[in-house]
Amino acid sequence: MEPIVETRNLRVEFRAQNSGQAKKVAVKDLNLRICGGEVFGFLGPNGAGKTTTMNVLLGFVNATSGAAFLFGVDVREPIARQRIGYLPELTYYYKFLTAEELLRFYARIFGIPRLEADRRIEQLLKLVELDSARKRPIKTYSKGMQQRVGLAQALINNPDLLILDEPTSGLDPLGRMKVREIIQRLKNEGRTVFFSSHELGEVETVCDRVAIINQGELKVEGRVADLVERHQANLERIFLDIIGYQPEPSA
Amino acid sequence: MNTIFALTSVVIKELCRRKDFYVLFFLTAVLTLLMGSVNFFEDTRAVRYVKEIALLLIWVSALVIAIATTARQIPAERENRTIFPLLAKPVTRAQVILGKFLGCWLACGLALVVFYLFFGVVSGSREHSWPVLNLVQALWLQWAMLGIVVALVLLGSLVFAAPSSNATICFIVVLGILLLGRHLNQVALQQPEPLRSIVYGLYFLIPHLEWYDVRDIIIYDHNLIGWLDCALATLYAAVYAALLLFGAWLLFRRKALHL
Repeated sequence: MEPIVETRNLRVEFRAQNSGQAKKVAVKDLNLRICGGEVFGFLGPNGAGKTTTMNVLLGFVNATSGAAFLFGVDVREPIARQRIGYLPELTYYYKFLTAEELLRFYARIFGIPRLEADRRIEQLLKLVELDSARKRPIKTYSKGMQQRVGLAQALINNPDLLILDEPTSGLDPLGRMKVREIIQRLKNEGRTVFFSSHELGEVETVCDRVAIINQGELKVEGRVADLVERHQANLERIFLDIIGYQPEPSA
Repeated sequence: MNTIFALTSVVIKELCRRKDFYVLFFLTAVLTLLMGSVNFFEDTRAVRYVKEIALLLIWVSALVIAIATTARQIPAERENRTIFPLLAKPVTRAQVILGKFLGCWLACGLALVVFYLFFGVVSGSREHSWPVLNLVQALWLQWAMLGIVVALVLLGSLVFAAPSSNATICFIVVLGILLLGRHLNQVALQQPEPLRSIVYGLYFLIPHLEWYDVRDIIIYDHNLIGWLDCALATLYAAVYAALLLFGAWLLFRRKALHL
């Protein structure tokens, strides 16, 4: 089966800030294969290399060595991003536009015909419950509303692959549940979802497979149920063990 | 092209929703109307001075709009991180540069049309003559010149970290070219070598923005400039803008997206 997301010996190094320091290796020879219809959780502590890996997949950062592919197309080709939706960790949108204008702008970028774009905008604004605020500038939205606009823009091209960078970060429990529902719905529709999160309970609920990376290295990868069975612990415990967390002895 | 036009429309919407243009237009309109309403000893030549000052205000306002709007485009995309969802779409960095350029240039064109319409109506109502073609030529050449300025500022926004420093430097450079550009060859003649060659080199290197300042054909009702000359000036502006945009693309290609 052709993988939807694939990295082969992916390595990303950043130049040292000071001349005396060594290069910082953000991702070390990462090999990932995500197949169609999977919900894949990408876990790791802060600074582990999750966002850097996503940045390579999205073409924001060039790999130092190795390669990455989306739908079998090298990520350096812009066309590789035609069938993906991306939701960044925080909301970054043109605040002087309304939600409707923002979605129309992205629809135009994807070359979606006007009538079809109208239909999708209508559908998505209803899905993310922003129908009543569609004519208001984004700068007047709350954080949760902005995150929902983000989700709508990520879905405007009806993507086959959704890349979500900590999609529930900063959301209230209701917002989190809504995002989870949408991920579940996409999974049922056979879409592939690749997402990073610190919410391990959430990952356990929605993911088919997970990968845990630490200091740029892939530490473990597999089906959630298999990992839980193998380690005889929940995902949080597995995660903490893998990153080498030692609880301080109580006084 | 769809992507470029989509980016262009966002830039134009931004200009329409910001106050810069309205403030500058309001100031120009108020100053022009105030001066136009004053009668200096029944002197009909006073209208010329009013026209001269109004056109100067239009030139300064257009430069401020072009530089201020363009200088913040790419830094704002990076600072607000809107560049991330944008480049996560099938959009290349070259398209971002072209979209931003086209958006800023068209926005300047729209602003110029409003300014010149106002100027045409005020001066026409005072002089009872309507030199429409003179106005069209002056507007077109000024717009072509702004194409070079917008491309220069776009390049500057990838070189200088802060939009304010880029805007200040570009404003000084543009003003320097407009005021001193035509005299550089004469300055070169008075210099010893190797300074002479350097100044001469500079004279041939800089885009001669002063060639596009044809306010005199409106103020003194001079004959129209040849249309072929206009076309050549447009071509000259297009070549310079293209070179500057190419430079901007080379820099943007390698630029880290975060600040």
